Amino acid sequence: MDILYKIFIDPFVQMGGAPDLLLQTLWEGLVGGMLYALIALGFVLIFKASGVFNFAQGIMMVFAALTLVGLYEKGVPAYVALGLTIGVMYVLALGVERIVLRPLVNQPDIILFMATFGLTYFLIGLGEVIFGGNSKVMITQQLGLPSGSVSLEVLGGFVSMQKIDISAAVIASIMVAGLGVFFQRTRIGRALRAVADDHQAALSVGISLNQIWVIVWFTAGIVALATGIMWGARSEVSFALGTIALKALPVLVLGGFTSVPGAIVGGLIIGIGEKLGEFYWGPLVGGGIESWLAYFIALGFLLFRPQGLFGEKIIERI
Amino acid sequence: MFYREAGQFKTSYASDQAIFPILQDRIGIAIILAIAFIAIPVFGGSFFLASVMIPFLILSLAAIGLNILTGYTGLVSLGTAGFMGVGAYACYKLSSLYPDVSIVVWIVVSGFFSAAVGVLFGLPSLRIKGFYLAVATLAAQFFLQWFFARVQWLYNYNPSGAIEVPKHTLFGIAVTGPQATPTARYFVVLTIVVVMTWFASNLVHGRIGRMWMAVRDMDIAAQLMGIRLLDAKLMAFAVSSFYAGVAGAMMVFLWLGAAEPEAFNINESFLLLFMVIIGGLGSLIGSFMGAALIHILPIILRALPAALGLTIGSATVEHLTFMVTGALIIFFLIVEPHGLARLWQIGKQKLRVWPFPY
Repeated sequence: MDILYKIFIDPFVQMGGAPDLLLQTLWEGLVGGMLYALIALGFVLIFKASGVFNFAQGIMMVFAALTLVGLYEKGVPAYVALGLTIGVMYVLALGVERIVLRPLVNQPDIILFMATFGLTYFLIGLGEVIFGGNSKVMITQQLGLPSGSVSLEVLGGFVSMQKIDISAAVIASIMVAGLGVFFQRTRIGRALRAVADDHQAALSVGISLNQIWVIVWFTAGIVALATGIMWGARSEVSFALGTIALKALPVLVLGGFTSVPGAIVGGLIIGIGEKLGEFYWGPLVGGGIESWLAYFIALGFLLFRPQGLFGEKIIERI
Repeated sequence: MFYREAGQFKTSYASDQAIFPILQDRIGIAIILAIAFIAIPVFGGSFFLASVMIPFLILSLAAIGLNILTGYTGLVSLGTAGFMGVGAYACYKLSSLYPDVSIVVWIVVSGFFSAAVGVLFGLPSLRIKGFYLAVATLAAQFFLQWFFARVQWLYNYNPSGAIEVPKHTLFGIAVTGPQATPTARYFVVLTIVVVMTWFASNLVHGRIGRMWMAVRDMDIAAQLMGIRLLDAKLMAFAVSSFYAGVAGAMMVFLWLGAAEPEAFNINESFLLLFMVIIGGLGSLIGSFMGAALIHILPIILRALPAALGLTIGSATVEHLTFMVTGALIIFFLIVEPHGLARLWQIGKQKLRVWPFPY
């Protein structure tokens, strides 16, 4: 009985007893979830347009952040370095399309997935050869991002928020809105949606698949850069961050592989669920459950909706 | 010309069902076994045995396990290293609770523990497919790794958090622990791998293997033909995890000698999946080829700069190894997406028709 009490009642009593602590935990979950959502967004962009399950998205994020910081350390002014990094991401997109995707067109999904796994290895090696294996500090101030924290007084307590997190939330929202406009209102966006719908039909109305792939990989690269800057500001820039990006996978299954809103909502659910679980239920089993809780949340959702929350319904015929 | 079935008549059902129905195959296998059991232990140095052959064989066995699941049944798994860990920890606990029983028995028995855990995590495969399932198996990977680190009973409350292998003997010769010679360990590993490969070969060529392949090719059609999906998929998970568990137990007891939960991390799972894919999905010989390529390639790459007389810092070599491995992975996928096993098939066909082009 005691253990049931500890699982089902005690955490909620704690939540009710200290609402400010609950809000603080929620906020931290929200920020973490937003970053997961951004990585998942990069995945979704590429998956929709080319059907490639891009395992390298997490490493692209680290690689972008590392390039930015590395260029700055070599004496390039911060904003110029930012521009150059965007250029590097474009070259990367071009290279991936030319060297990896084009020869592998029409191969089974798992082969393409494995190719991005090779890309991951390559990028890790390349980044370390050029910039060294040490972790670096993100140049937040030089990029004009705020630092420090603000405290809000709510419900008889304080909730402290890092300014960088707030600006990250703002930038993320702007980026998602921008992508939405880009997808819905521009010519290229319409072409992207056409490709996502049906490769052959898109080809037959004169859309160049190769061009589209470069564009989506470039877009995913920019999303990766933004994510890298924000995540790098929270911890530090090193390839260890790449494994955190694996957390984007449960976000993806939760939201559905092909849905942009799914990535956002899934990210927030996973982020909040993970933080709440760790804070209120983690101590029961000795903590550290953050490493796998996200996968179990996703698994739980999957048992009821195998295609994810916003995914397209899977119809199978013989 | 060199490899021709013509004229080899089968006069009984037994000879028709043989694993190697062709004479040349039997000769080839006999030569390979002779090299593995006699030539390599005699001529191979202890470095070659301990750092090349033993890991290669163990990784091959794990790759066979994953191939049964991914290549034959079509269920992608990213949790193989977790299941290997279950085998390793089960073997450690069993051998420390009952040290009198032969270690080989415990290595094999620990596979059953791994199989049970595999079935448990295989249950979602009935509803979830493709990449969704791959992500679901990540739950197993991360949960098991956390579990190994968190439950102190598993590593006998060792303050370092690692499992260390004591000395065990087989027929009076030390096979585990620091005193065991690479040759002794090599023979144990080789024997287990050969027996289990033979078993797997029988399994995948028989009724069960055909059932798995039917599920892989189209599970709804397989179901309509009277194959129970529940049984087929869970059996694939059980057998696959059994192989992974035995490989994991061997990895700790006969190769590394000690292990932390980190040894069974996600990268190991990915590498195993890669061995299976580069070797060839749905091919046992491909598992060996893939394991050889992925394990031996970095060893050669690391030794290459020194052999060429270049002076590069060891950190840079490590980074370059990463880079070259990644590039080669992509290269192999582009050149032969069906894996090295397909190259082997093409080679056999060439031998068959030689000296004519077709």
